[in-house]
Amino acid sequence: MPSAPATSTAATPAPRRKPRSLIGEKIIEFFIRLCGISAIVFVFGIFFFVFREALPVPGKISLSSFLFNTDWYPTSMSNVRFGIGALVLGTLSVTIAAMIIAVPFGLGAAVFVSEFCKGKARETLKIVIELLAAIPSVVWGFIGLTVMNKFIIWAFGVPVGLNVLNAAILLALMSIPIMVSIGEDSLKAVPDSYREAAFALGATRWQTVYKVLIPAAKNGLLAAVLLGVGRAIGETMAVLMATGHAINNPFIKDGSANFGFMFESVRTLTATIAAELGEASENSEHYRVLFLIGIVLFTLTFIVNVTADLVVRGIRKK
Amino acid sequence: MKHMKKTSSWILPLAALVAAASLTLQTGCKPKEPGSQAGGAKATAIQNIGSDTMVNLAQAWAEAYHAVDPSISVEVSGGGSGVGVSALINGTCDIANSSRKLEPEEEAKATAKYGGKHPDEFLVGYDALAIYVHPSNPINEISVEQLGELFKEGGKINKWSDLGITVPGGQDEIVRVSRQNNSGTYHYFREHVVGKKNDFKKGSMDMSGSKDVVELVANTPGALGYSGLGYKTDKVKIVNVAKKTGDKAIVPSIETTLNNTYPIARPMFMYTPPNEPEHVKKYLNWVRTPAGQKIVVDSGYVPLPEKEQTK
Repeated sequence: MPSAPATSTAATPAPRRKPRSLIGEKIIEFFIRLCGISAIVFVFGIFFFVFREALPVPGKISLSSFLFNTDWYPTSMSNVRFGIGALVLGTLSVTIAAMIIAVPFGLGAAVFVSEFCKGKARETLKIVIELLAAIPSVVWGFIGLTVMNKFIIWAFGVPVGLNVLNAAILLALMSIPIMVSIGEDSLKAVPDSYREAAFALGATRWQTVYKVLIPAAKNGLLAAVLLGVGRAIGETMAVLMATGHAINNPFIKDGSANFGFMFESVRTLTATIAAELGEASENSEHYRVLFLIGIVLFTLTFIVNVTADLVVRGIRKK
Repeated sequence: MKHMKKTSSWILPLAALVAAASLTLQTGCKPKEPGSQAGGAKATAIQNIGSDTMVNLAQAWAEAYHAVDPSISVEVSGGGSGVGVSALINGTCDIANSSRKLEPEEEAKATAKYGGKHPDEFLVGYDALAIYVHPSNPINEISVEQLGELFKEGGKINKWSDLGITVPGGQDEIVRVSRQNNSGTYHYFREHVVGKKNDFKKGSMDMSGSKDVVELVANTPGALGYSGLGYKTDKVKIVNVAKKTGDKAIVPSIETTLNNTYPIARPMFMYTPPNEPEHVKKYLNWVRTPAGQKIVVDSGYVPLPEKEQTK
């Protein structure tokens, strides 16, 4: 779309231009194209690589036992079992719990920064929130392992503080900066005339926010939340240290449903790959199954992205 | 016409990118040359990878050896015995540290890699595996059998009350602190405590470093974990271990390790590809001299008996 006016204006003065600048422009254009296409090439390259490493295995391991069995014993001497059920549930429980914490705080902060906060306070707040994003994940993990572990034991009287709650709090803190900056941008993108109209009709600031601005910025806010989800699913180092890295189905305990899943230690898909890939000798079954886990992660994020896309499109049609 | 121009304008960059990507892929996949080859004029590097238990010790050796022979620089990295062994099999290290013996199939793979020659094994010291608990825990001794029941799949011990212990704070569940499954410590513990044919009970905290085990136990009143004696700190308590329930429990120490009374102590090895170059041989010899073995003691491990040390 934006190219249309550009070509029409460029068409008239074009013959007068020096050939040298024309060549320069062509080269720059070429490089910009290169950058754009590189994303596609890299994505397909990664796809190709991961599938190549993982594919020879599925014949030997049945898909249902791989996905739903909760026994993960890749280096057992007597009975090797590759069941990632517990790991999938671990990833899901941590991600869901993190979002329960992060969405209200992240979007709330975005609304506050964009609508209620002014001048210096606003600038300071933005910088501080962005600082939160600059903390490396190992540092978060270390905080989880030492400070949060003690705190959760003390506060809730559970045997160990490395659990879903610990990791979820860390992940929430890690994804809030993304949510705030994208959420704030999308709220800022709502034209001021909307606000003026709402105020003119006698709406309070809060009514303006939740009746006018949030519906108008729906797409952007949803994108903010989903980027947060993506961050939470993909995070590795912090969850490796904070979840306890224990193979455990958090939703079932002693054969019955467990509603206290927040206090269960779990292990996630990403952490398993990180902890075990270094050891697995190349092309062994264990190595291939770890790449298969990579494909499962791909699929999970793909589902999240497609859902996001469909939802956004649905909203647009309205 | 317009359409054609558009296609051709993105085909070219695409082709260039694919070519570049395939080039980097090719070079990226090439097996790394052993560090000794890349030495050049100044310091010759020795790549030393493996056991997380031994990483502090290997680092201390590397630093001390710099004073002995400044022309050699030993580059140490950890990751676990499994990482060391796979580096040995893939030919990407000069020395692999391992806190366990090579498994027969690993030995076979390495032998196949080096044209039928076995990798060389050097015994460089011992490590006593200590059982750590929180300092507030009243437990003083535990037997290998009890540890087995606690850690193995289907084992009967799950609570402190099963051991007759009441932990202050009212938590009865034993928080099992274990290691990730490429760790030499994990392999050793499985072989000698859990049972070679058994597997670990699910739900243990599988930490990725020896230090992390001690760190977690120090902060968790209900925890029990195993890790090298060298990682002892003031914030944890060591439990004496008996071979069988009812036997006398033994304190882990240099003496009890060397006279074989402490039941869970293990040798530490360094492996090299066959026909290691002269400077690697020299380094490994030095490691086993009294000077090298003094560093073993200083790092909290158990040195070789005097008669096994080199001159």
